[in-house]
Amino acid sequence: MPAAAVTGSRRRHSLGLAYLGLLPSWLLMSFALLIPILIVAGVSVSTRGAYGGFEWSFDLSGYRQILFNEGWTGEMEFTPQYLIIILRTLILAAVTTLLCMMLALPVAYYIAQQPTHRKALLVYLVTLPFWMSMILRIYAWMIILGRDGPVPRFLEFFGAPSGLSLMYNDGATLAAMVYTYIPLMVLPVFASIEKLDGTLIEAAHDLYGNRWVALRRVILPLTAPGIISGAILVFVPALGAVLEPILMGGGKQMMMGSLIQLQFGVAATGPSGRPSR
Amino acid sequence: MSTRHDVKRYPGLGLISAVFFVYLYAPLVVVVIYSFNANRITGVWTEFSVKWYGSALNNKALMQALETSLTVAAVATVVATTIALLAALVIIRGKHVRFRRLSETVVNLPLLLPEIVLAVATLILFSQIGLQNGLLKLIIAHSAFCTPFAFLPIRARLQGMSLDFEEAASDLYAPRWTVFRRVTLPLIFPGLFSGAMLAFLISMDDFITSNMLASGGSTTLPVYIFSLIRAGTSPELNAIATMLIVASLGLATVALSVAARGTQEDL
Repeated sequence: MPAAAVTGSRRRHSLGLAYLGLLPSWLLMSFALLIPILIVAGVSVSTRGAYGGFEWSFDLSGYRQILFNEGWTGEMEFTPQYLIIILRTLILAAVTTLLCMMLALPVAYYIAQQPTHRKALLVYLVTLPFWMSMILRIYAWMIILGRDGPVPRFLEFFGAPSGLSLMYNDGATLAAMVYTYIPLMVLPVFASIEKLDGTLIEAAHDLYGNRWVALRRVILPLTAPGIISGAILVFVPALGAVLEPILMGGGKQMMMGSLIQLQFGVAATGPSGRPSR
Repeated sequence: MSTRHDVKRYPGLGLISAVFFVYLYAPLVVVVIYSFNANRITGVWTEFSVKWYGSALNNKALMQALETSLTVAAVATVVATTIALLAALVIIRGKHVRFRRLSETVVNLPLLLPEIVLAVATLILFSQIGLQNGLLKLIIAHSAFCTPFAFLPIRARLQGMSLDFEEAASDLYAPRWTVFRRVTLPLIFPGLFSGAMLAFLISMDDFITSNMLASGGSTTLPVYIFSLIRAGTSPELNAIATMLIVASLGLATVALSVAARGTQEDL
């Protein structure tokens, strides 16, 4: 430990000792990540064993099961269920990312325009919910959209039919998805808008561009890096979302994350669970 | 026509932002309000009561889950932060370190893969080697996925810090360990602290891995809350949620203010 600690000092020449500092991380990651992933890759091409386990012989049936179902006589029947789930997951993640983008851009732009102190406060307010438990944030949405919740009540007041159910559908899933991931979009977009040189917008205006031209031709291109990194930060976890589809969607619409969760958590079906990633 | 002064302003942004902040906080406020509802049915308000807090605090299963979560999070935080600190010191400060990029990628690996995949992979390995102890399984898995969250702030801090102080201390004949303890450690403390806070929160919040690895007696708080939600919303759950919301507000405020002080110090 001390060897690694002073690698900055000019006096240290004992090479090798420095690697002691890296050893724990390599050990932990090998044990908890690298080796398990290699095993998973191995299992995904192995045969399913008789008693729910698996045998170590090369077999691509795990991958084949994603697309085909083997009939009694061994003929292959195309079954698109998994493909539909993968597609649905991609669409849900993409729509979530798009909605986050459309909401984050004006909000981030507005925050960036505020005086320093107000700006700091608003950024703090954007970050704050992110420190709260994910499951509680989703639960909060179950409460406000659920039976007797404030949102259905509010809508009833304005003439919507009573007993209106806003839960257990794609819209509810989406509302909670956007809610849980939006800070990941606002922060990078805000960072890039803040770095934006205001004189460029003025220049666009001087050249007779109106606000929308300035937005399209100056602001959006210059903040693209922030928008893209925000999109990645939202899209990747959205692909693996488990809680939102189960709790908000009622588990009716299977997603990749909830599918893997179910296959391993309950059914323990073996090889086909893995290559679906 | 737009005037010259407000070309950078777009109409309606204030309104959109106001709606956004309502969207962000209204659900939490509603849960807090409902937690004081005496009625057993969450959505039907009868009168103000704190009885659900009492029943939550007397809930043995809840306290057991809280204890498991706190134990796992505390151990995982210490392990992850120590490992991250050591790795960051070598990766940022080490000279002639081979496999630097590779090591950094390995430390950050949990961020690059969907958690559900890691959880499944870990589950398979643990069952292969016959690791039974639920708490130990959770601690190993949590330590691994918390490490990058501890690593990133420490690395940022180390990168932003000049070598002058440490070199001055060495020039004054301070032994290496003293330099580390008296100079390096205090200087990187804000990064170390926010890294540890992040690791702790990530561990406390984890559902996917914990649910996958959970075996008898090692139910964590989010897994327990999940089972409560599946059983139906209840006012006790609202009380639990409110207490956790308040706890995370406090924790977040402390963490963010330490981090803010760290950046103001200007090294």
